[in-house]
Amino acid sequence: MQIYLPIAEVSVNAFLLLGLGGMVGILSGMFGVGGGFLMTPLLFFIGIPPAVAVATEANQIVASSFSGVLAHLRRKTVDLKMGTVLLVGGLIGAALGVVVFNYLKSLGQVDLLVRLCYVVFLGIIGALMFVESLKAIRNTARGAPAKRKKHGLVHKLPFKMRFRVSGLYISAIPPLIVGLCVGVLAAIMGVGGGFIMVPAMIYILGMPTKVVVGTSLFQIIFVTAFTTMLHATTNYTVDIVLAVLLLVGGVIGAQIGTRIGVKMKAEQLRILLALLVLAVCGKLAFDLLVVPSELYSLGAKGSH
Amino acid sequence: MRLLLALILLLWPLSAIAEEVVLGLSSDEVAITTSFNGSEILIFGAVKREAPIPKDSDLDVVITVAGPSEPVTVRRKENRFGIWVNTDAVEVDLAPSFYAVASSGNLADVVSDVEDLRHKISIPRAIRSVGAPDSIENARTFTDALIRIRAGADQYQLLENRVALDAQTLFRTSVRLPAALTEGDYATRIFLMRDGTVVSKYETKIDVRKVGLERWLFTLSRENPALYGLMSLAIAIAAGWGASAAFSFLRQ
Repeated sequence: MQIYLPIAEVSVNAFLLLGLGGMVGILSGMFGVGGGFLMTPLLFFIGIPPAVAVATEANQIVASSFSGVLAHLRRKTVDLKMGTVLLVGGLIGAALGVVVFNYLKSLGQVDLLVRLCYVVFLGIIGALMFVESLKAIRNTARGAPAKRKKHGLVHKLPFKMRFRVSGLYISAIPPLIVGLCVGVLAAIMGVGGGFIMVPAMIYILGMPTKVVVGTSLFQIIFVTAFTTMLHATTNYTVDIVLAVLLLVGGVIGAQIGTRIGVKMKAEQLRILLALLVLAVCGKLAFDLLVVPSELYSLGAKGSH
Repeated sequence: MRLLLALILLLWPLSAIAEEVVLGLSSDEVAITTSFNGSEILIFGAVKREAPIPKDSDLDVVITVAGPSEPVTVRRKENRFGIWVNTDAVEVDLAPSFYAVASSGNLADVVSDVEDLRHKISIPRAIRSVGAPDSIENARTFTDALIRIRAGADQYQLLENRVALDAQTLFRTSVRLPAALTEGDYATRIFLMRDGTVVSKYETKIDVRKVGLERWLFTLSRENPALYGLMSLAIAIAAGWGASAAFSFLRQ
């Protein structure tokens, strides 16, 4: 069934979009990532104009994250206090990121920078997580107890706060900085930033994996809602019909994904996310290195 | 002055061209609905004459359909430090979003270069490119790439020998508009050609418009973007909550 999208001005298969939404939704619920880093390239691939894909994707992530958060709230696996601290950093970061993005746009080459950002961050995070989870799985197999995180810099800084759900008593500064950095990257790369946030929360803040997913989703809702409004009012690129098709699949997928995630071991969850991140990274790196089939590309005047 | 005008009006039919187009369109409106999946337009007509058919040359018909024009940036990738990077860019001043040219013979035989230049009939001529920056060699390859990419998406169509012409009087052709269609006035031109020159020209337009829900959403997104954005968010939140509620209901 073909549907004509009013803003994207292309005609696409409705079932394809529902399926894509569902698939990405499952991953979103399982791993606490918005799924933007997967969905946006997929939308480019089926012929949605990049500007519309990025903006609409933000709107869809609001839906799937909200659906996921509700499921996590019921299980009490959302650290609202930590989420709020991250969010404050995130919104400041997103505003900064927009400024940086516009500056890079005036220099040209923003497209390349976004791609390189993806490859570098996905590569580093994916590799780190993969190695760490592999070690953790080996340790559990041997029966050795998982090492508790040592007291590091995180515990020495001032403004200590108690995060009861996460079982942490740490300074508010590291979560603020993590939120800020993710906010900047999210605005530049046009994603919710979950795939950076989740590992940062596990490895930098030392939060338990089960709490991380819900808290990340909570934070993503607000950052992507902010981005959606920004795109809708400045670029007019949010396609509501495309968003509805994606989010119907997405919210159902997120519910299923959350249930799968709860049943799995934390290490397994992390190693799967690491593999997924590495796969996307590999695909993007491949596109940069291999001779493209079409050397020329078309764009609207003045865009980069 | 008034006398002169009256005289001109009086003499007008006498100076009229010997052959004229009487045109029919299967539809002069294309409505883009939610289920829009491309459209086929039948363009047909007849040649009206005051005099017998000239014997010394054959009549040919060329039909063009052009969507609204917009500036386009064409970029070329080059290998720098092992990765493929956009390097050179050429601004094409105006390129139609859709362009189809159908002719009763081979376009090169039917239309002379001079007439092509004057009426901008062939696809390369329909694209206006004033000039590329001096730093770029082979600027022509950029417009060629534009044509190649759009032709691949059926946005540019060269339909040679696709206008059926009967007894040098009745002609018809069909143009398929692709599903990815921009709205606007699609200028439709019919040229009657003899010996490579235009003997008569007729212009009309096909109105391509979004209707119904498509129209409403598009207008809202442009005229009231804040409301549109909030509506998108409300739908997202409602759908997220709905799915969550439905699933917890199913579990009980």
